[in-house]
Amino acid sequence: MNIKVLGPGCPKCKTTYNNVIEAVKQTGIDAEVIKIEDIEEMMKYNVLTTPVLMINEVAKIKGRVAEIKEIKELINANL
Amino acid sequence: MFDWIQYFADWLIYRIFSIAQGSKLGDALNFFVYDTLKILILLFLITMVMGVVNSYFPVDRIRNFLSRNKLFGLEYLLASTFGAVTPFCSCSSVPLFIGFVKGGIPLGVTFAFLITSPLVNEVAIALFVGMFGLKATIIYVSSGILLGMIGGVVLGKLNLEKYLSPWVQGILTNAEKEGEFDEEKKNFAERLPEIFREATGIIKSVFWYILVGIGIGALMHGFIPTGFFEQYISKDNPFAVPIAVILGVPMYSNAAGVLPVIQVFVQKGIPIGTAIAFMMAVVGLSIPEATLLKKVMTWKLIGIFFTVVSFFIIISGYLFNIIL
Repeated sequence: MNIKVLGPGCPKCKTTYNNVIEAVKQTGIDAEVIKIEDIEEMMKYNVLTTPVLMINEVAKIKGRVAEIKEIKELINANL
Repeated sequence: MFDWIQYFADWLIYRIFSIAQGSKLGDALNFFVYDTLKILILLFLITMVMGVVNSYFPVDRIRNFLSRNKLFGLEYLLASTFGAVTPFCSCSSVPLFIGFVKGGIPLGVTFAFLITSPLVNEVAIALFVGMFGLKATIIYVSSGILLGMIGGVVLGKLNLEKYLSPWVQGILTNAEKEGEFDEEKKNFAERLPEIFREATGIIKSVFWYILVGIGIGALMHGFIPTGFFEQYISKDNPFAVPIAVILGVPMYSNAAGVLPVIQVFVQKGIPIGTAIAFMMAVVGLSIPEATLLKKVMTWKLIGIFFTVVSFFIIISGYLFNIIL
């Protein structure tokens, strides 16, 4: 599984990233977690509000912090 | 509507803590308890209402709507209004800017959104209602939206595209109309938990700013004599507004931190227009914002943007002083 967190490094983006790491640890799956902070790179994904959480190249949560519980549900739904 | 909070504050400070009514400490503490409670309640109500609006009109949908439709000037009003409704996060301003440009939305309309977004937001509105009343709030919100609109029109007329960063100009030439926004099909009950979570998130993120702001405000309220500031910034000084704005532009604070202090300024004799112009300059323009925008524009464009917005903030400051 491929998980991406897009955000230019604001507190919300950092929280989301940490939540993703925690959720991956708790579910024990083998996932590649990438943090994208470069604006030009980010714009390729057509985002408007940050942070964005993407699973397997699909934006799942936009413009707000994703909770650990939510991320675990999303991970399980995409297994 | 808020009488019961005042009764509670009186009871808590004068009865339970038995601090003498009329003493400086008593007044300051009473003010702190009353203001904090009132503002947190208002903040919750307003973030919930804004959350509902946002849930049905997310920014993606607004962008796609503006991108697809020719609105004969009305797009400035719409962009500015939506800027007021969308919760502002400074780190979203750059992606938003690019997203709008990419959708083929004119630069002026994008600026209209960008100006109003930090200027009018849920936190500022809640604090405004609590501190200055409904009438002042309505004037503040409508003048904020008007300011974004006029600022956007003026900036749009200046043909500033050539001052965007080269990679943004590349996006501009490849701009294309956005498709229909495919909305999540959810009913109100399904949306509510998310709206509630968002609202409490916003309150959590500004909670300490509000507490510190009201704390400083309370101290000043209790210890600084009325009319104290007037000897420095009087209503008759014609340069008070521009000075306040020029001082405010480089500073950055969110509305939560700066408004409680401004309320005390006003109570102690500073004209409300001057105070509001100062607040708009502090929350609307700042050095951190300029450095963020540097990623998408040249310094020259940032300079023009800041100058135009400051100019209109100064004008609305004068207007506030006349109307209120």
